[in-house]
Amino acid sequence: MKKVVADPKLCVGCGTCEMVCSKAFFKEEDRTKSAIRVSEQKNGEFRIDVCDQCGECTEMCAAMAVAPASNGIIRVDKKKCVSCLICVAECVKDNMHYHNNERYPFKCVACGLCVKQCPTGALSLVEV
Amino acid sequence: MERIDKIKAARKVLAEYKYEPTEIIRGYNNRTLYVNIETLEIKEKVVTDFMKEKFTGGKGFDLYYLWDAVKDDTKWNDPENEIVISPGPLGGITQYPGAGKSLVCTISPLTGLPIDSNVGGYFGPYLKFSGFDAIEIQGNSKEEVIVFIDGNAHTITIEAAPEDAIDAHVISEEMADLYAEDDDDKMNISVVSSGRAAKISNIGVLNFSFWDKRRNCARLKQAGRGGVGRVFRNKNIKALVVRYRGTHGDLNNPYDKSKLNTAGLRLHREMKHNDDFQCMMRRSGTAHVTDIMNDYDLLPTMNYQYGSHPEVEKLSCYLFEQLYLMQKVPDGCWYGCSMSCAKAASDFVCRTGPYKGDKVCVDGPEYENAAGLGSNCGVFDPRWVLEANFYCDTYGLDTISMGTMTAFAMECFQRGLYNLDDTEGLDMRWGNGAALNELMHQMVNEAGFGMLVGKGVREMKRIFAERFGKPAPEYEHMLKGRKWSTMEPPQEKLIPTYEFNPDLLECPYLKEIEYDDAKVMEEIAGTPLACPGANNREAFLGKPERWEKIEGIPTISRDEIADYPVGKPYYCDDPLCPYTNGRPWIKMTAEQIALMQDIGMENKGMEYSEYLAKESLAQQGGFALCNKGPQHDEAWLIFMDMVNGQIPTFEDKANALHYFPMIRTWFGLHGLCKLPWNDVEPVDNYKQKNANRVPEHMKNYFDIVEGVTGIRLDEDSLVAQSERVYTFQRIFDLRRNQPTGAGTRKGDQPPYRAVGPVTEEEYLSREDRYDTQMKEKIGVDPAGKSVAEKIAITREYRLNQYRQLVDAVYERRGWTPNGIVKLEKLIALGMDLPQLVRVIRPYLKEEGYWPTGPEYAKYETM
Repeated sequence: MKKVVADPKLCVGCGTCEMVCSKAFFKEEDRTKSAIRVSEQKNGEFRIDVCDQCGECTEMCAAMAVAPASNGIIRVDKKKCVSCLICVAECVKDNMHYHNNERYPFKCVACGLCVKQCPTGALSLVEV
Repeated sequence: MERIDKIKAARKVLAEYKYEPTEIIRGYNNRTLYVNIETLEIKEKVVTDFMKEKFTGGKGFDLYYLWDAVKDDTKWNDPENEIVISPGPLGGITQYPGAGKSLVCTISPLTGLPIDSNVGGYFGPYLKFSGFDAIEIQGNSKEEVIVFIDGNAHTITIEAAPEDAIDAHVISEEMADLYAEDDDDKMNISVVSSGRAAKISNIGVLNFSFWDKRRNCARLKQAGRGGVGRVFRNKNIKALVVRYRGTHGDLNNPYDKSKLNTAGLRLHREMKHNDDFQCMMRRSGTAHVTDIMNDYDLLPTMNYQYGSHPEVEKLSCYLFEQLYLMQKVPDGCWYGCSMSCAKAASDFVCRTGPYKGDKVCVDGPEYENAAGLGSNCGVFDPRWVLEANFYCDTYGLDTISMGTMTAFAMECFQRGLYNLDDTEGLDMRWGNGAALNELMHQMVNEAGFGMLVGKGVREMKRIFAERFGKPAPEYEHMLKGRKWSTMEPPQEKLIPTYEFNPDLLECPYLKEIEYDDAKVMEEIAGTPLACPGANNREAFLGKPERWEKIEGIPTISRDEIADYPVGKPYYCDDPLCPYTNGRPWIKMTAEQIALMQDIGMENKGMEYSEYLAKESLAQQGGFALCNKGPQHDEAWLIFMDMVNGQIPTFEDKANALHYFPMIRTWFGLHGLCKLPWNDVEPVDNYKQKNANRVPEHMKNYFDIVEGVTGIRLDEDSLVAQSERVYTFQRIFDLRRNQPTGAGTRKGDQPPYRAVGPVTEEEYLSREDRYDTQMKEKIGVDPAGKSVAEKIAITREYRLNQYRQLVDAVYERRGWTPNGIVKLEKLIALGMDLPQLVRVIRPYLKEEGYWPTGPEYAKYETM
């Protein structure tokens, strides 16, 4: 199974990853629709939040829509999801996202697009 | 699949109806469905603005339709009686916990009044997504039918269903097999069914199913109180089935989804972070309450005599959790419920009845089951409780009424009001879990003492009084054979035996209990279960003997017994009468009948739910003032009143008995569950003003109502929504004109057991408490007084307190001292509807509360 791993020390906060992500999945550049989130800390450093595929969000999904795919990546199956957002609350790392204009919650599926586009190499796709 | 093929082959479509799909607009389809299974008429009705404004939805719509469907004197089994089911405008939203409730109303066979039940399962939401805000079922079918709503194909069929099962856990799974295209599709099907015992018992329930994908079985939630299931089975309906594919969070077309998302997430997070150290609903469900109730002396024990028991650990949620519950499973009864309290015991093996040896999934134990079927009957064996829980559900019986009824029957047996002769050998002593289950099997087999118990406490009191007298003592010496009074059954047959289960002893919680009968259990390991059967009277008592008739004693029919004088001997005209058994008989004494009135825990004809109200005056009102009968879903004020002392005065209590029933009614208008309101709270809730109302959660409700309907409520408008429907229901009770006096003050009287200690044992068990109260509250020194005197003093004081409470509540609610809604109140609520005015007018005139003045002239002729 692959997952996106971030090295915040290399991050310059350009937000390219967020744009790439939302563009890929929602056809628009909107960081609130990105599955990876960059935020500036008080000390000026950047923090990168992205799903580590721990799977805690899967346990409370009554529809069994949030589940590992065959490659181990946790995915939201839109055919099954009933948009209750319990998975969003279950993720203590806040890496399951929702948007009021979208019907379903979304998360990082380790596609690697953001890794390819990151100008500083702060992101990498790691096999675990 | 052979079985399914057989069911299919026998099905015959009796009526089919196609309808146009509509879009739900802000929570309403603005259309309801009417199905008459007798005339086979199926039609749509328009939801008017008037209905929405006055009745909101859910229980409000149910009562509105029911009022028009029935006549003043319609009986529960008349064809015009309806079962109405409605999910409410918020029903089916997936973003906020507890939003999948269906509200069910009908005329109850127990009370003769409209009953309302709030039930989970997927039926309500799927009905709504299929295009209807409510379904009315009217008529009594001549043959067994099912009604199938296909929400995707937009068709409704009434089908003859001769081969379909009746017991709920069987038919719910068979319907899923029959209608689902594949395993995933089973989640899109919900079945409303009852069970075999509901055909004859007044406490029949409706089971609403949802498919549990993880356990791969149908789960059942119950519209429990008041006998809706009996009406359902009397109509000859086996099931209502709905299928809807495509559930998602936008189907209600909410006005502002962001409000739903924000409020829902806030509560989901509270649930995740607070529940484990607050109510543990996710972990144990409502069963966590059992231990707490016991600690506060509130757990009904042996027919509400006591509030705690040393063996309660055997009913503890920790024990159930250890032995039976699958953990970490999202057990919501509708999508989006992060509280997930609908626990289940998977792979439970039945030891009695038609499913003996089967591995079944038991929906429970809920607190009410553990308390009603457990401690209240003195049954402290978790396996008998779960077995009774299972059979209640699948036979279609209400676990609460079943517990309270059995507890009453057991106490009457223990007090010698009837004996083994009367039960055909069924041992009704405290703690006989096998007998508890046997009562239900007897209902299904339509034979035995269970038939009598199944009628409910109110009927039992009447029948016991008439039939369970005793042989006339002056003729006893003439009776041959063993005397009635010394007829002790063989003891060895009466020990409820169970198979030894070493797992039970490995449980860490049980190890802490002094299981003094552990050795006994070991000794009897493997012995077959001695289940007191329906017809083994001879095994207990030998062949019944007959006696020659004595001259001069009249022979009367059963119909005449009620009016026959107490103390005068008679013969029953049925020589094989199981009660008198051919002997000269006398009716129960007036004292015995009065005792039954005191200890029979019913009000308005319905059995009490499982809380001890003796030490909480407000809760005594919470039960007996309840419109439908004593169910705590109108008000649960025990902690506020008794434990925390937050409502000390009559005025405080009356305010609480106004506000809280309105909040709880409100959930029923919208398709919501009460539990997420105050069974989890923000950690700083205690700092808030009116913390009992959980202000942050009330704000959530204002938000989600606005989010769906676009209407912004505040506390006053929320209470007003409820008060309109609550008042309507109160007047509906009055319109029914029942012998219980429901709708008037007479109907709001509790049995004394709900108020204070009836018997010497009860008084002595809490003597210090009662003596202290006598000294401090009543101002009487208990020293030197006999127990009987102290009971009498306590009784007079407590009943007087209750009278004052009722006065205060009626005043607060705008009712007359007889409990009649005043015309001015109706007008203020905007509920001055002609049909309501017509009902209250003669009462108000007779009591001198009919207002005069030109502004009231129009109400004279309504």
